Amino acid sequence: MIFKSASSASIQAIEGERIGNVNTLNFIHENADMCWTLTLEHIGIVAFSVFLAALIAIPTGVAITRHDKIAKKIMNGANIFMTIPSIALFGLMLPVLSLIGHGLGKVPAVIALIVYSQLPIIRNTFVGIKNVPPELVDAGRGLGMNGWTRLREIEIPLAIPVIVAGLRTAAVMNIGIAAIAAYIGAGGLGVFIQQGIARAYEEMIMTGAIMVAVLAIFVDASMALLENILTPKGVKIGRTLGQ
Amino acid sequence: MIQYEGVSKIFGSGQEAVTALNKVTLEIEQGDLVTLLGPSGCGKTTLLRLTNRLLPLTSGTIKINGQDIMSVDQVKLRRSMGYAIQQIGLFPNKTIYGNIAVVPRLLGWDEDRIRERVDELLLMLRLEPDIFRSRYPAELSGGQQQRIGVARCLAADPEILLMDEPFGAIDPINREEIQKEFLRVQAQFKKTIVFVTHDIHEAIRMGDKIAIFQEGRLIQYDTPEITLLRPVNRYIADFVGTDRALKMLGLMRVAEAMNKKPKNIIKGSTSTQEALKFLEENDFSGLIIIHQDKPIGYVRQKALRHKNTEVKKIAEPCPVIVGIHDTLRDVMSNILMHDVRDLSVIDDNGDFAGTISYNDIQKCILSIYTGNRG
Repeated sequence: MIFKSASSASIQAIEGERIGNVNTLNFIHENADMCWTLTLEHIGIVAFSVFLAALIAIPTGVAITRHDKIAKKIMNGANIFMTIPSIALFGLMLPVLSLIGHGLGKVPAVIALIVYSQLPIIRNTFVGIKNVPPELVDAGRGLGMNGWTRLREIEIPLAIPVIVAGLRTAAVMNIGIAAIAAYIGAGGLGVFIQQGIARAYEEMIMTGAIMVAVLAIFVDASMALLENILTPKGVKIGRTLGQ
Repeated sequence: MIQYEGVSKIFGSGQEAVTALNKVTLEIEQGDLVTLLGPSGCGKTTLLRLTNRLLPLTSGTIKINGQDIMSVDQVKLRRSMGYAIQQIGLFPNKTIYGNIAVVPRLLGWDEDRIRERVDELLLMLRLEPDIFRSRYPAELSGGQQQRIGVARCLAADPEILLMDEPFGAIDPINREEIQKEFLRVQAQFKKTIVFVTHDIHEAIRMGDKIAIFQEGRLIQYDTPEITLLRPVNRYIADFVGTDRALKMLGLMRVAEAMNKKPKNIIKGSTSTQEALKFLEENDFSGLIIIHQDKPIGYVRQKALRHKNTEVKKIAEPCPVIVGIHDTLRDVMSNILMHDVRDLSVIDDNGDFAGTISYNDIQKCILSIYTGNRG
């Protein structure tokens, strides 16, 4: 008897899920405009914050390759920020940003995303440049390249794939964190999840969750493509020839 | 000309200080290729890297054509010298063209001039420009990469080249080939070259002079011949090896050791009876026959008996004839392989120039060895 009721319960659950999926598709269909707007908003927040983060983190990553002691401190610092849960960070920023009237909304969201992006981008920039084989740096110096020329002609081109991989990690991670930022009124696809939970509206939650996931996968794939495009041709040839 | 005066280099400080070079003084003449030789850690690479200020001097001075290198901007200094290293260090993100063009571009040459120069260098190193110009380093074999490394170092036509085991990364067969090619290029352009190596054979083959280092000190600075025959101490003697007389043979040419006025020769038109008499009077085992200034063969006592004709008609061809520019090593090898006492030597026109035998070679080696010693 127990066995039978358990199995009939699971069948019901499967049916419920199937119906739920259909309803989710209906929800998306009926709210297409909204979905589109929130997706663009989500992309906007993430793209803007990753862009600003890169402007800070890439030069920082390059600069610390010249100073090993500072490098360790900077990366430890960025690591500490990474360990703060996003909700807690939003809470911490609230009183400070309230002073300039931006305790809630997009400003704290973007700031938080910039902070979280620092570690992956700084670390990858640092590692990418440090991993340039020492004989190439020596050859560059010996031929009379100065620090900037070496950076522009050798180190950056060779580190680009690793740097882009850092941006990719940051972007994908930020898509998830941006969803949480809906709780402080930043907008984006998190709105579906937050409001869906508040209203116990299952289809709405599902829509938000699925769209965030699809967006993350899409961005990940696009960044992988970008990584490939930006890898110097000579390096790609070397990889395929196994050198 | 490069002058090193009392050059010292100390790495680290206090108790951990390591003296890599200790008061080294030497002078490299314009157009000379000087090999810096010694085991790893002897300071040879350090001296090279001090020359273009990749390392800062601890004390002493280095002058290039009379000018102290410390008074020249270090980046300018490096652009004025070629630089090649064992790991080659070709930039994988640049094409062969881009790699060779590095220094000319830094010097601001216009692109037409660079293109011309790149093609010229590729041809000089026997790489077809149309094939190699647009390739990437990863598509080239080790030997080809090494050549590009040399081309890159020669690109802006610097007067001085600094080369740190530039042929160290390739297999022995290709290495010998690229060494020969490089010597051919060097004979043409006469650069002043500082060439670091740990290979005694390479040092002997390449160097106009060899500087041998031990634990940061310059122990001997001489031509390869003198280094081999008169090592200043036990260390050098061990380093150049117990077979140094044999190594010497690889350096010396036939012209230095041959007998220019051999007696056991005879004109081709001489009659056999006359030749037999000449041979028996002088107690020769055989005679070399010269006809119209060319060595056409030889004849032994036995063959002359009971014949009555001109000797050239019964000449047996010489099994081997050597040129005046051949190395004594090749001659020695021929002597060991053929049953002849005296080999005929010919000059560049193919005319008879003399003979060479084992005794001539030994006499020559001994005269340098003992003669210069006292």
